[in-house]
Amino acid sequence: MIEVDRAGRSFTVGRGRSRRTVHAVQDLSFTVEAGEFVGYLGPNGAGKSTTIKMLTGILAPTSGRIEVAGLDPLRRRTDLTRRIGVVFGQRTTLWWDLPLKDSFELVRHLYKVDRNDFRRRLDELADLLDLSGFLHTPVRQLSLGQRMRGDITAALLHDPAVLVLDEPTIGLDVVSKAAMRAFLGRLNAERGTTVLLTTHDLGDIEKLCRRVMLIHHGRLGFDGTLDDLRALAPGEDSIEDVVTHLYTAPPAER
Amino acid sequence: MVRTYLLLAWTWLRASAQYPIPMAAMALGSFVLNGLDVAAIWIVFGHTDALGGFTLAEVMFLYGTAGVSFALSDMLFGNVDRLSQHIRAGTFDAMLVRPASAFVQMATDRFGVHRFGRMTQAAVVLGIALSQLDLEWSRTWMVPVMIVCGIVIFTSIFTLGGALQFLLTDAPEVANAFTYGGSTLTQYPLTVYGGDLVKAVTFIVPLAFVNWQPGLYVLGRDDPFGLPYWLRFAAPAAALVLALAAALAWRAGIRRYRSTGS
Repeated sequence: MIEVDRAGRSFTVGRGRSRRTVHAVQDLSFTVEAGEFVGYLGPNGAGKSTTIKMLTGILAPTSGRIEVAGLDPLRRRTDLTRRIGVVFGQRTTLWWDLPLKDSFELVRHLYKVDRNDFRRRLDELADLLDLSGFLHTPVRQLSLGQRMRGDITAALLHDPAVLVLDEPTIGLDVVSKAAMRAFLGRLNAERGTTVLLTTHDLGDIEKLCRRVMLIHHGRLGFDGTLDDLRALAPGEDSIEDVVTHLYTAPPAER
Repeated sequence: MVRTYLLLAWTWLRASAQYPIPMAAMALGSFVLNGLDVAAIWIVFGHTDALGGFTLAEVMFLYGTAGVSFALSDMLFGNVDRLSQHIRAGTFDAMLVRPASAFVQMATDRFGVHRFGRMTQAAVVLGIALSQLDLEWSRTWMVPVMIVCGIVIFTSIFTLGGALQFLLTDAPEVANAFTYGGSTLTQYPLTVYGGDLVKAVTFIVPLAFVNWQPGLYVLGRDDPFGLPYWLRFAAPAAALVLALAAALAWRAGIRRYRSTGS
């Protein structure tokens, strides 16, 4: 479902003499099969967001090849948007001043979702995510947890094969987090939606991800199951300690 | 594309209707400000009966046609040159993951009634000019043609300005010199400017085709700068070339887009 083959992205920063090239992502290769639930971990500035942006067609890779849902994200960006759902935890794509329902209607028009399919899916999602109490409330009046549920719904109304989530649980309280995780787990198990999730919350990873990828200094440092990840740092107890160990380890050790 | 435009513009308009008082104030403010521009022309003509060799009605005709073109272009697409704000805020990323053209999404962003204010005033001036001028009927076909070409030319300049911001995220003002500057420049007969500037706006940034060259044809005037007669009909070609350049620049810009951190 997602194929990344030696992809890289570099940026030129600075001017004149201080001009240099920064490699945000280097030589990145991995494959995600349909139906997988993959956690994408890495410290700040490691290249997580750059990867997500390349996968969704926002950024052009400077080297290598990427294919998502059978399409080259850059050349077929508009077609790709119909096959994937994207949620940025830090910013909403909902219409701030309009009732939540209006944003969904707009999604229906933009993605050309059949009216009956739309109604059925919205009923289903509203039920699972408990949206019925605030469907007609302007988005600006929603709590962060409610808004995030709205954003997830908006990203799923066109029934995408792949869902890409960039820190979906950031800032949520424990109850909202638990509800979000339960929903994502069900979505993956019952509908078979492929999910790629970046997070700093290791609880998300432990609860949801059968597979973990770890990016560090722009390179893929680890790709395997949670148990494999634990085995990398045998002395550490919790998953937090394991990841801290890996984040701070010198490059040679990886 | 048109359907998406209307859908998004309507959605933003409904969103702005959540704040009716600021909305009305902005529309009124824009109308008053532009009304002052008309007053300025009247004052100039209170002291002289001609400007650059053109009568009051002729100047109002040039002002009105350029004004309507610019107002419509600004109303429909002017927001495209606010791209750098959206890049910095990260909201442009969100536009790229929707199945709609980023250009249309940019153009419609925060569409509100304040965008209509400028058009009303320009249309009023053009209306007065047309009623006072004794135009040759066989030449009036050029009026709608020049307005459409003007819209295309101004929109292309807005788009070029937007495309430039993919490279220079911090320099939206560069483009303003050509869009708002171009709008001001075309409000008066080009004879009030020097010959070199006129050549530049004819052959480099084709602002002279917004109203000047086709306007000379409508008014039945000789070209004070002695440029060839066929240039009066070159506005559609100039608009097309500029639009192609703008479209290519925009596409290239999206390809080179760097996004922001996080």
